[in-house]
Amino acid sequence: MSILTFRGGIHPRYNKERTAALATKPLAAPDELVLPLSQHIGAPAVATVSVGDTVLRGQTIAQPGGFVSAAIHAPVSGTVSAIEPRPTGNGTLGDAIVLTNDHQDTETSYSGLGEDWAQADAATLRDMVARAGIVGLGGAAFPSHVKLAPPPDRTIDTVIINGAECEPWLTADHRLMLESANAVVSGLRIIQHILGAPNGVIGIEANKPDALRAISQAATGTPIRVVSLAVKYPQGGEKQLISACLKRRVPQGKLPMDVGVVVHNTGTAAAIHRAVVDGRPLLERIVTVTGTAVSQPANYWVRLGTPVAHVLQHCQTELTPAGKLILGGPMMGIAQKHADIPVVKSTSGILVLQPKDATTRPASPCIRCGRCVDACPMFLVPQELGAFARLRMIPEARAAAALDCMECGSCAHACPAHIPLVQLIRLAKADIHAAARKKM
Amino acid sequence: MSTPLIVSASPHATSGATTPKIMWSVVLALAPATAYAIWLFGYPALSVIAVTVFFCVFFETLCGLAMRRPPTATDGSAALTGLILALSLPPGLPLWICAVGAFVAIVISKAVFGGLGQNPFNPAMAGRVFLLIAFPADLTRWLVPQQHTGDTLFGEPVTTLDAQGRITEYGLTNVDAITAATPIGLLREKGANIVADLPGNIEFLLGHINGSAGETSAFLLLAGGIFLLIRRVIAWHIPVAYLGTVALFAAITHLVDPSTYAGPAFHLLSGGVMMGAWFIATDYVTSPMFPKGRILFGVGAGILTMVIRLWGGYPEGVSFAVLLMNACVPFFNAWTRPKPFGATTATSGGAQQ
Repeated sequence: MSILTFRGGIHPRYNKERTAALATKPLAAPDELVLPLSQHIGAPAVATVSVGDTVLRGQTIAQPGGFVSAAIHAPVSGTVSAIEPRPTGNGTLGDAIVLTNDHQDTETSYSGLGEDWAQADAATLRDMVARAGIVGLGGAAFPSHVKLAPPPDRTIDTVIINGAECEPWLTADHRLMLESANAVVSGLRIIQHILGAPNGVIGIEANKPDALRAISQAATGTPIRVVSLAVKYPQGGEKQLISACLKRRVPQGKLPMDVGVVVHNTGTAAAIHRAVVDGRPLLERIVTVTGTAVSQPANYWVRLGTPVAHVLQHCQTELTPAGKLILGGPMMGIAQKHADIPVVKSTSGILVLQPKDATTRPASPCIRCGRCVDACPMFLVPQELGAFARLRMIPEARAAAALDCMECGSCAHACPAHIPLVQLIRLAKADIHAAARKKM
Repeated sequence: MSTPLIVSASPHATSGATTPKIMWSVVLALAPATAYAIWLFGYPALSVIAVTVFFCVFFETLCGLAMRRPPTATDGSAALTGLILALSLPPGLPLWICAVGAFVAIVISKAVFGGLGQNPFNPAMAGRVFLLIAFPADLTRWLVPQQHTGDTLFGEPVTTLDAQGRITEYGLTNVDAITAATPIGLLREKGANIVADLPGNIEFLLGHINGSAGETSAFLLLAGGIFLLIRRVIAWHIPVAYLGTVALFAAITHLVDPSTYAGPAFHLLSGGVMMGAWFIATDYVTSPMFPKGRILFGVGAGILTMVIRLWGGYPEGVSFAVLLMNACVPFFNAWTRPKPFGATTATSGGAQQ
């Protein structure tokens, strides 16, 4: 098996050994769960329950608020104690359904298609995915059923399952591929069936040989191709993954479907399998809890809506002043002010760093070393974009393709002058969007 | 909960590379060649190096204070400039001239442009070229390295005759007395028919020749350069393009007229080419940011070096070649911009370099 990769990127310290071998354990549900109506890209969901209602585990409590939106289900049985704004992981307040857990886990009934799903047509299956509230579980949280409904003029020939898990520290996808290999492979086959795509590929970074073996075994007898990817960040970036697996380059400003490809995360594939075969909605996900300040790192099956503070308590982790709490991985995760925020559909990891690992260094002058240029997997010139952003040179930033930046953080990671390049480029992107709105 | 956690934008991890680490690792890579030069030339080399480095750091600190900027003396960039400048000067140079060179390098060529990262020209080379033009006699008085008997570093004068019968009496306490043209200067004066009489390639490689401190041991400079390459402090493009061009240029001219032009080995191992290719042309601030631009830069510096060496007014052309190519860097950066992923055309970079 040859090792495939892309151009650019970096080799951060991976730190996955702390949790890679730890089997995923179910985390005890908390007394109170907070389910934001906006856990996905697109329109917020609309609550279908009222305060005081009794809900069963698995019951729909919010309907999609549009086509690009996703349903939300009760991860526990109990009562709706509030529907009110609550702090969320992106630093804002967002409307959320608050459930009081009755700790009975009285479950609603599910009706899946079993192994006969291939008899069903694409629309039926897509509808099951939509009703299950599945979004991209790799972190993007884009509603999955939308990606399963490409415009009729696009032919999808290949579905890629992203098992790269290139974010340092995180092992959620790794564990899933080991523990639910069949679900991942079955999910891929369902997605292929919905899209009519003859080719299925599962790409896994070569630092997970056991996952490669498990998935290859599960895929035996199917035409699915399991490929080993170089250990490099951001190997799991959608365009980088397509480039590595298929040698196809998604044109600037276009989507994977424009080159006949759809990419889904391993977690998403497994969730689609459960939604179609078992009829089960998305109620929980694997979260890696790790970092230098976590004394008992672990991989947990966590009910959506579980407060981060509750998770940390179970890992005997204290938040120390001047430390850092990050939702997601160290490269693209979001630093938090406090732990009173819920685990949502896109929460792949909870990373807690000690003060010595959390210090931000002051930026020094750019020495034009070009490390950011070499690192950028989108072949941009981050140093220059940063300068344009700082000077608010909006047309120049747009001409230098600031909007192509996916904020993977490779440039800032490589920068010896500690220039906050991602932050600056975000500023440039916001400026560009604001200027475009003004023109309209 | 009111635990004050650190909140900052992603990414939350860094590679560990820092500007000071980079600068000091280049200093480290130059250390063997520096130590060898001091061993070879003794106090005249040591004093030039010490004074030049001291004044570079001193002027850097002074400029920082004047511009009310955070102190930058410890980031290593000024010390590195000083070391490179010192290694490009003849040992025994009057020390006040060294201080003038440091002033031109740090104040005129760097600080007035805005300090680290803003200077268009390599500060050490600007300093050296200023001195070469202002004090031509002092800058071309080369000491002959001592015929080392392993006894003392700063010992008694040793008098010997070299292969050409020239007196190479070496008086460290009598600095002005004994000097000789560098091999490259001889070549320039007398043509390649003297090449056979010049020190052999082994001597060049080891550095047992007269010249500036940093022109002596091609081997130690090469070792330092490869160290930087392996540590990924520098990329291969500039040194390979530079040395390759010099070798090719020398090979062609040597084939055309062997009696006038020396071969590639002589040109690679003599003068400042090794130092220039690995340590001077690779200066981040004053070289192109993109791989293709770096190759063009190296090729251009190689051609200019050889043109100046063979047909120019000076025996050595590395510092002029680097400065001239520094001036071209904005063009290289504009011409060799990477095409964004999936784009059909390269982006425009505005007026930015």
